[in-house]
Amino acid sequence: MSDPLYYRTASALSRELEAKKISSLELVRAVIERTRAVDGTVGAFISFDEDDALARARASDARREGGEALGPLDGIPVGIKDILAVEGQPLTCASRMLGDFVSPYDATAIGKLKAAGAIPWGRLNMDEFAMGSSTENSSVKTTANPWNTDCIPGGSSGGSAACVAAGEAPLTLGSDTGGSIRQPAALCGVVGMKPTYGLVSRYGLVAFASSLDQVGPFAHTVEDAAILLQAVAGYDRRDSTSYKTDIPDYRAALQENRGPWKLGIPSEYFGEGLDPEVEKAVRAAIDFYRKEGCEIVEVSLPHTEYAVGVYYIIATAEASSNLARYDGIRYTHRSSEATDAIDLYFRSRAEGFGEEVKRRVILGTYVLSSGYYDAYYLKAQKVRTLIRGDFLKAYNQVDALLTPTTPAPAFRKGEKTDDPLRMYLSDIYTIGANLAGIPGISIPCGFSGDGLPIGLQILGRPYQEADLFAIARRFEEAHDYHAKHPGL
Amino acid sequence: MNYEAVIGLEVHVQIKTESKMFSPVAAGYGHEPNTLTDPVVLGLPGTLPVMNKRAIDQIIKTGLMLGCDIAPVCKWDRKNYFYPDSPKNYQISQYDQPICIGGKLEIELPGPSRNVMGKHKFVALTRIHLEEDVGKLNHFDDDSLVDYNRAGTPLMEIVSEPDMSSGDEAYAYLTALKQIMICGGISDCDMEKGQLRCDANISIRPRGSDTLGVKVELKNLNSISGVRNGIDYEIQRQIKVVEAGGQVIQETRRWDAEAGAATLMRTKEMAHDYRYFPDPDLMPVRVNREWLENLRATLPELPYERQRRYFEEHDLPYTLTSVLVPDHRLAAFFEDAAEKCGQPKAAANWIANDLLRELSAAGIGIDESKLRPEHVAGLVKLVDGGVISNNIAKEVFVEMFRTGERPEEIVENKGLKQSSDTGELTAVCREVIGANPKSVEDYKAGKENAINFLKGQVMKATRGKANPQVVDQVLREELGKL
Repeated sequence: MSDPLYYRTASALSRELEAKKISSLELVRAVIERTRAVDGTVGAFISFDEDDALARARASDARREGGEALGPLDGIPVGIKDILAVEGQPLTCASRMLGDFVSPYDATAIGKLKAAGAIPWGRLNMDEFAMGSSTENSSVKTTANPWNTDCIPGGSSGGSAACVAAGEAPLTLGSDTGGSIRQPAALCGVVGMKPTYGLVSRYGLVAFASSLDQVGPFAHTVEDAAILLQAVAGYDRRDSTSYKTDIPDYRAALQENRGPWKLGIPSEYFGEGLDPEVEKAVRAAIDFYRKEGCEIVEVSLPHTEYAVGVYYIIATAEASSNLARYDGIRYTHRSSEATDAIDLYFRSRAEGFGEEVKRRVILGTYVLSSGYYDAYYLKAQKVRTLIRGDFLKAYNQVDALLTPTTPAPAFRKGEKTDDPLRMYLSDIYTIGANLAGIPGISIPCGFSGDGLPIGLQILGRPYQEADLFAIARRFEEAHDYHAKHPGL
Repeated sequence: MNYEAVIGLEVHVQIKTESKMFSPVAAGYGHEPNTLTDPVVLGLPGTLPVMNKRAIDQIIKTGLMLGCDIAPVCKWDRKNYFYPDSPKNYQISQYDQPICIGGKLEIELPGPSRNVMGKHKFVALTRIHLEEDVGKLNHFDDDSLVDYNRAGTPLMEIVSEPDMSSGDEAYAYLTALKQIMICGGISDCDMEKGQLRCDANISIRPRGSDTLGVKVELKNLNSISGVRNGIDYEIQRQIKVVEAGGQVIQETRRWDAEAGAATLMRTKEMAHDYRYFPDPDLMPVRVNREWLENLRATLPELPYERQRRYFEEHDLPYTLTSVLVPDHRLAAFFEDAAEKCGQPKAAANWIANDLLRELSAAGIGIDESKLRPEHVAGLVKLVDGGVISNNIAKEVFVEMFRTGERPEEIVENKGLKQSSDTGELTAVCREVIGANPKSVEDYKAGKENAINFLKGQVMKATRGKANPQVVDQVLREELGKL
């Protein structure tokens, strides 16, 4: 029995649209209906604009009718994390600070999606300004893990991961600063990929930590993730940190690149704190690759232990400056109590930002302060260079690295909200890729005894996303974890 | 005790570019509030800066004109502080790796009188860096409104060494800097439009001492003479403080030109911690040799170099060069005219005196003048060839300025050709002699001056067209006959 429309893969939907077995309007209606049915439980969306989606679906169908379909994404809804600017839609970053803000422009990634005929669908929940690992830092609502609604979906792109897992959209976009795509993808049992820094334009992605942020896809399958990345990747003159490189045909590469590969297992990623069930599932995945003829090599990333510390210095420093613009003067929340300009800043920011954002702005302000800069920020940047060096050295030896995506499956709501440090450690395996700027993908590789998904992380060489997709696809072809859906 | 002042200037100059420093929206002055903005300038969530290469070209040109070293690599930093005129609450600037390092500016100190050249000296520069300008606050009775039109305009900060010692030197520094900026097409430097803004760091010390005193930063110096007055005021204030047994405190003061006094803005303790760090949104800039050499090829002749050339090549006096040189358009006009007539001094005189007078009376700039270099050259040739007299030439000049007609045409159409026809002039001279017996008597009695009166009468009768030398000769001959 085939999946209902809302649970089919984008590539399957694309074929059916092309064959005119379904229309985009039917698909969007199915997605809206599904969202209405389950989102009260899941809470993936902050808001959605049905009329806009329906109008775009009709336009897509008209294009197809006229023989002018725009490609594999034409007519397919793509859920959008509420951190990417879509013209005329709210852009809140799940913060009270931007509660009323409507973006007057499209992010480059969104512009590319629209040009490909895709339908930006709704505003997906997240940790406020992408700061968090459970989506519990949203000022709007919490999002449930569709596999166990008492559990968190991960974060910060928890809405994007839960949305795909719950069948509320076949594809979504998220952003990943320290694991914010891969971690929730792992916890919700979907595919999530963070591209190489510079591959996808950051123009229109609200900045948390500019040197770490990347936009990336969520999907049911590796092929779907590849289709979505294909649409949004590429140089953009509006982002000075975007990279001029030819984007290969990722789907074609999936067919052509069959390995075998030399794969590295970083010993530092299998130490204390790794949940035995997660370890077992990841080790089984490693065995799979070995049996497929891949050479498996132990490697060392010796500076791994510093990654979380370095990350929380660099990310918070950049955030303290990036978030300064939310000040009560122009488009943000403005305190009605203020007595003068300085008071307006204090009150608007005190009222507009949540606890975690304040914690990070204060930390970031501190590490950049005169007298502390050298000891913290500058030192952290130097260690960051060493961490990147660790990865590049490993890639002299191997094509990619296999690791767990998270130390444990999804934890229960509220479990870590009072302990920021424990919360920060849930990103321990994902942060390195952001510091090094390298690409990483998380794919489903099993379930815990409680039925919670487990993710396998594959980290690759800079701009070698095609390899990552191919390696991930090899596992996916031989397993059906990705095809399972939660009982909602 | 005898004190000397030590002064360094921080000058902000807006670079004249089509678009802003980090966004493609137009830069400009005098537009409706908040019309020269876009999502980037307003710092809307998700926007990113992209460097305007033209602004980099302009600062490199400035650096080359001022003899700076151009850094092979420079980077962008964020200067973090909260103020409503700052859309992002950080300013993109250059902190520890500016694009221009060192350099010097040649200045002319006031001479003993306006007509005598003053001493020249070089003021050493510390650095020049590039940043983005902020918006403008407009205060009303009940509220303050922000206009972000200025925000994001490319802005250079030119920092001098503490190398000056008086308000006059600071005045000379700004004057020279302004001339170079205008001459290089970098900025119009209109202080009223905020295109050039100056802060001064001032300290005093006993004359001859080589240690620096505690410095006070003086802000809001809104005109070049304001800079001079503000600095001189601050020097005197510091001397009074010290002479009264007090100590100068490190602080920032604000000059009030109307009151002719400065007031305290903030003390050292209130200083900002700007938390500079490299802007992760922008890549470092690498300036290669080719880029540098291409720009070097576009450098203009600097004003003082030009002045020296005028002294040497054209033997022009200081009084003329000091008028022609500061305005590069005027200088170019002069050079064109001089080349066309081969008589630089005569051309210079016409331009420095008559042309400037007419321009000022008409209230227009030289670019709008109908009178062009070829008019001046033509006029010089007519006078030189004896076709018209100097007096007639002045009349022709005014007419040329008014109508843009060629001088030859004016002379022809108005019949202004000088008369050297002895026969014709003899008749006029006889008439004048007959009509002025008193003067003739005086001349005969040995009063040589009396002939001048008679000459004047002849000129009047010929409406200035008579050749004065011929008139002199004919008059003497006729008087001799009596």
